[in-house]
Amino acid sequence: MEKEEIKVNLPITRELGLKLLYQMILIRRFEEKSAELYTKEKIRGFLHLYIGEEAVAVGAMHSLTEDDNILSTYREHGHALARGLDPGSIMAEMYGKQEGCSMGRGGSMHLFDTSKKFYGGNAIVGGHLPMAVGMALASKKQHLKNISCCFFGEGAIAEGEFHESMNLAALWGVPVLFLCENNLYGMGTALRFSHSVQDLEKKGAAYGVEYAKTNGMDVLEVKNAVEKATAYIRSTGKPYFLVCNTYRFRAHSMFDAQLYREKTEVDEWKKRDPILTFSNQLLKNELISTDDIDTIEDKVSTEIQKAVDFAEAGTFEPVEDLKKFVYSP
Amino acid sequence: MTDKTTLKITYREALKQGMHEALITKDKVFLMGEDVGRYGGAFAVSKGFLEEFGEDRIMDVPLSESGFVGAGIGAALAGMRPIVEVMTVNFSLLALDQIINNAATLLHMSGGQINVPVVIRMNSGIGNQLAAQHSHSWEPFYAHIPGLKIVSAGTHEDARGMLLTALESPDPVVIFEYTSLLNMESEIPSGSGAVDIDNAKVRREGKDLSIITYGPGVYKALAAAEILASSGIDVEIIDLRVLNPIDDETIINSVAKTHKALIVEEAWRSVSISSEIISRIMEKAFFSLDAPVERLCGIEVPIPYPKHLEDASIPQKQDIVDSVLKMIRYD
Amino acid sequence: MIEFTMPSLGADMEDGTLVEWRVKSGDFVKRGDIIADVDTQKGLIEIEVFDEGTIAELIVKEGEKVPVGTVMAILIPVVEKVPAIKKSRIKKEPIKEMVKEGSIKVDDRLKISPLAKKIAKEKGIDLTAIKGSGPEGSIVKKDIDLAVAMKVESHVEVTGGKKEIAEKGLRAAIASAMSKSNREIPHFYLETRIDMTKALEWLRKANRQRELKDRLLTIVLLIKATAKAIKEVPSVNAFWENGLQLKNAINIGFAISLRKGGVVIPAIPEADKKSLNQLMDLLNDLIPRARALQLRSSELSESTITISNIGEGSTDKVFGVIYPPQVAILGFGNIVEEAWAKDGELSARPVVHVTLAADHRAIDGYLGSRFLMALKRNLQKPEAL
Repeated sequence: MEKEEIKVNLPITRELGLKLLYQMILIRRFEEKSAELYTKEKIRGFLHLYIGEEAVAVGAMHSLTEDDNILSTYREHGHALARGLDPGSIMAEMYGKQEGCSMGRGGSMHLFDTSKKFYGGNAIVGGHLPMAVGMALASKKQHLKNISCCFFGEGAIAEGEFHESMNLAALWGVPVLFLCENNLYGMGTALRFSHSVQDLEKKGAAYGVEYAKTNGMDVLEVKNAVEKATAYIRSTGKPYFLVCNTYRFRAHSMFDAQLYREKTEVDEWKKRDPILTFSNQLLKNELISTDDIDTIEDKVSTEIQKAVDFAEAGTFEPVEDLKKFVYSP
Repeated sequence: MTDKTTLKITYREALKQGMHEALITKDKVFLMGEDVGRYGGAFAVSKGFLEEFGEDRIMDVPLSESGFVGAGIGAALAGMRPIVEVMTVNFSLLALDQIINNAATLLHMSGGQINVPVVIRMNSGIGNQLAAQHSHSWEPFYAHIPGLKIVSAGTHEDARGMLLTALESPDPVVIFEYTSLLNMESEIPSGSGAVDIDNAKVRREGKDLSIITYGPGVYKALAAAEILASSGIDVEIIDLRVLNPIDDETIINSVAKTHKALIVEEAWRSVSISSEIISRIMEKAFFSLDAPVERLCGIEVPIPYPKHLEDASIPQKQDIVDSVLKMIRYD
Repeated sequence: MIEFTMPSLGADMEDGTLVEWRVKSGDFVKRGDIIADVDTQKGLIEIEVFDEGTIAELIVKEGEKVPVGTVMAILIPVVEKVPAIKKSRIKKEPIKEMVKEGSIKVDDRLKISPLAKKIAKEKGIDLTAIKGSGPEGSIVKKDIDLAVAMKVESHVEVTGGKKEIAEKGLRAAIASAMSKSNREIPHFYLETRIDMTKALEWLRKANRQRELKDRLLTIVLLIKATAKAIKEVPSVNAFWENGLQLKNAINIGFAISLRKGGVVIPAIPEADKKSLNQLMDLLNDLIPRARALQLRSSELSESTITISNIGEGSTDKVFGVIYPPQVAILGFGNIVEEAWAKDGELSARPVVHVTLAADHRAIDGYLGSRFLMALKRNLQKPEAL
């Protein structure tokens, strides 16, 4: 893999550059903190870290509006943070506290915030794709202008739901963005061991869905690709399938010995760290200085400490309330 | 001559009228399912609807149970009131993940933020020698899941009225309709409309024994009651109607009165609705019982094709009569 | 000082084995550095340190398996002074003892429906004496109702209202029993007249020698004579339940009418083994208690055959209804003076009409007759009673 070329004359403002960088660093440090807290048993269950994939969430969210519906997977902290969910509410959720965004009831894999149109946090691979199609269908029927974006991994493409959803979306002509984050490994199984066709984006053609792929390690490329996709969807009302090729630097989840990939491969990909490459680009283009990066790191550090403190201070729902939220009151 | 205040109607017609009223009066409602439009509905329930309401409201879907049930759930999340028709319960297995992990669970996982007001209608049960894969009774399966409301339309009145009420619920409702009842005629009051989907109903009052049943069991029990009455035996019949959450109070009151109970259902015996009812009677009405509670259930065999075996695999009217006689003998 | 502990990498991770330290004492580490390789059930995992500082001590040895949370190393953060180093281990929580369930015993339990049991408890009925007619021979409500009617509360004096309820229940129970008897038992009737001259004569003589309170009544002669007759024809002293069950003990049920109507039937246990005096004492005790509804349930439950003496002081004959599961009931009429023809001559004698109502499944006419003849014979020899 070649080292990423530094692009010159980046077509963005300093402001935008700082915003995108800040969001990526926030996600990175948040995930690192979550890992630490997990080892200290503050966070339990499963923890799936987004480290390495930050460019996708940040670049994509930038191109989506606050009216759009967002559905994601169990590796959704990055999407949630980029979408604007409060870090404290996410951390409290992972602590199981009732101040969490899902009242502590969901945990790491089930972050929900309807005020931000963030519909999870879904733990069944591919399980949320039909729902995204349905939400888009509802938008069409109600003559609303919003689109429904569902993030999923390349593992979901093997599931029947992906194929059913693509077919339905194309058949009905509904405004859904199928955004696949191809990080090359479905848990411990490499792409070549689970897909007969590995140029995943081409599967769009089988359903008559407009498709594209992009470099998921570059936040600007992702941003541009998603802008193009959403423009298409908003003007035609038809679905779009975008594959972002990326890589997760960490294991699938915390308890994973990564027996399925070589450390050398990970190290190679780390050279394309989206935060590193983007900050270098910004620096090289003199849009920001190293002080700016320090300022961001400090701010992020404070944000995260605040989030942890919020979570620590949070309270547990009384056991007597166990049977709440089964049916509406 | 039909009385002015009642309407003679088939079960199919009752279902159709209920759905028609829903489509007319509630603009967010639309129907989605396999062959509901151009074919007129697999069981002719939605015949004529496509012409009347148009493609936007009557959607033919491809054979993608998981896909379209999930889409229905998504549409419900985002402001619509879909009626998702799964052609038969047998095919619903393909959509179980969407129903259980999404519809039933989103309210809880989101800490109360998300409602899923989806109504799923499924045709169920034994009829017409359709053999093992097309003859399931999955009520016990579905009734097991918290977060879903499960109702069983065992009468024409319920076929006419349950859907309307279900469409007002903020939570997912699954309605079981019955193939074996479609052609059956009965009378319902002329102004029939929405019925509650909370309570069991006493379909026949009696004092000697409580027959507790649902679905096709209701009419069978009523027919059995006629025969028993001529022997001087007066049975009370409870139509459960709502299988989750179960209306304990009606059941307990009945058993407190009659001291004996017989549960009748077509579903397989083990881990069934009857298992649950008997447990509840034991828990809450033990001291009212003068005899062990008994049950007539489906024989535990995949439903066979030949008629005589198919008939023998579920409780029939005569079986109910025989069981009641046996239970009363000790009086 | 900072403790570095064995991290939890999953809810199902309980412990890890330190395979190799990647640092040594004195090394400076930053946040995110790999500090060790730990072997877990999932394989070898690199574990990272989250703090910055100098390694002061490596506590856990390579090759050692330790639980999650165990202090593995001590770090000194950059500014801190070196304090005394303590070795500490996190105690593993004691494994909760599995509570051993008691073995399930199968014993001989009384089969009774919950409803019947509840009513029995409310009414103070002794369950051991009741025969169940429900499924699997269980006692059901109707059996208790019957018992309530035939029996009364133990230990408690019946006063006022309770007595009324007992009587009402009594009526219902009698009605139920008699209906059942009529429905199910094929009754047939035999009648004979017994010359009581000798019996009454003997009685007069016997009583002349007794205190007033110890005087014998005619009925005890009848009872004893019956008991003796049963010994000759045991078939009349039986139960019919899917077949004839002869009873060894001769417990004669003695019907006592109540002032407000209805009867109670206490049993005279082993009447054949009792002397006339004992029988009299028994009756003197039973009759007033019966009238006051103060009989014990055990006294009401044992009859194997019943005598109805209702005729005394009133009608000539009484044709009884058998109390199931008994197979016979003997009715004694009033002792009246009747014309008696013997050896071609007429005289007036004290006569008692005796009727036997018998269950035709258990007894035929021949046996019934034999029994009555035996009874007649016994009453001609009162001194032998």
